[in-house]
Amino acid sequence: MKKLRLIARIDVKNEYAIKGIQLEGLRKVGDPNKLASKYYQSGIDEIIFMDAVAAYYDRNSLSDIIDRATKDIFVPITVGGGIRTIEDIRTALKAGADKVAINTQAIKRLEFVEEASKVFGSQCVVASITAKRVGDGTYLAYYDNGREETDRDVVGWAKTLQEGGAGEIMLTSIDMEGTRKGFDIDLVRMIKEAVSIPVIAGGGAGKNGHLSELVGQTGVDAVAVASMLHYDLASVGELKSHLGNRGFITR
Amino acid sequence: MTVSVGVVDYGIGNVKSIIGALDKVGAQVILTDNPEQLLQSDAMILPGVGAFGHAMQQLKERNLDQVIREFTDSKRQFLGICVGMQLLFTTGEEFGEHAGLGIIPGTVSKISLKSESTAPLPHISWNELYAGDNQNWAGSILEGLGSGENVYFVHSYVGTPDCSQDILAVTEYDGLHLCAAVQHENITGCQFHPEKSGETGLKIIDNFIKKSR
Repeated sequence: MKKLRLIARIDVKNEYAIKGIQLEGLRKVGDPNKLASKYYQSGIDEIIFMDAVAAYYDRNSLSDIIDRATKDIFVPITVGGGIRTIEDIRTALKAGADKVAINTQAIKRLEFVEEASKVFGSQCVVASITAKRVGDGTYLAYYDNGREETDRDVVGWAKTLQEGGAGEIMLTSIDMEGTRKGFDIDLVRMIKEAVSIPVIAGGGAGKNGHLSELVGQTGVDAVAVASMLHYDLASVGELKSHLGNRGFITR
Repeated sequence: MTVSVGVVDYGIGNVKSIIGALDKVGAQVILTDNPEQLLQSDAMILPGVGAFGHAMQQLKERNLDQVIREFTDSKRQFLGICVGMQLLFTTGEEFGEHAGLGIIPGTVSKISLKSESTAPLPHISWNELYAGDNQNWAGSILEGLGSGENVYFVHSYVGTPDCSQDILAVTEYDGLHLCAAVQHENITGCQFHPEKSGETGLKIIDNFIKKSR
């Protein structure tokens, strides 16, 4: 049977794990490798490392962190931020990533998603969508880690990314991100209904109930959590047993 | 005795984790596309992700298909992982029909969800392992695992051996029974990623090394 996946998202800037609120006001929260090891030891299903400033500076600096992580972490690792070329993906995979998350470059050139999935397989390509609510229930896709706006409605954009060969959608609500006020359930439901590839939802978890509410109302395939774990609001085990008690089975 | 494991390096996907896992269980890893070095190792692992045809082409360009056949003929332990398992079969149907290594008779085809299904593809999930019909995991790479233990899958295509006796383990997805592991004499393949399956996965790798002594 299909299992819900619980994913730890670790944003990185200059070797430090950081966390912002609505992708801004970044604060250091620790050593990315130490955090990842701790989450692995306590049973996390996957790890996502995101270079928070890579899109801005045109580079991804996570290779060393991924390289270290592969020595003691044996769950899937996704790397994102600044992935622009086939060569960037090759470098990330060589360092030990299993998947890459692509946002900015997909917005600039959709063919990149197609090329990447042809060369490395769809399973390797996570299309990252950062969405902001613009009133009357619609959302637009943003890029450069939430700094730049587009005129693309996220529902159509998610379908386009799926057709382009993405293997998963990682959906982040800019409005809720880092606020600990709960997920944007409307947003997640819309995207989940629009595509047939797995959807990872992130942005806004602040208490255990937020996760079960999200999964119960949207049937989302995976939940990405950052603040709750970084700030010790809950452990991986507590989140999993909370979800399991409500019938949402993780591994 | 330290077991040397030749990991076939043919430019496909992430091999870092499999190396990390082999290090962790005390094996000596040789990541190479050099036929001689591969043929000298005690055991061989064929990793792989991505499309079947592309992976097969990469093997052939390096003449590694012949090396793998020679190695498996020698009765030493061989493990194919994910696409590395799929390549063992006769035919793959991803992006057109492609010939595989043909070491285990069978076909790799797209997971055929029921028409009314809303389950996502690819099948990206931790999922449970159960023994295939008339199978016992004793002496296999799954020895010591409990029925229903979780391992990590990521695939849209699945290999099905012609002979059901070759099915070592299955998993269930949206009501379908998918072949999760095959075993044919000295040759084992797993559709899931043991190197991504936490402590359960490390135990599977450790079993493989023990079998190779």
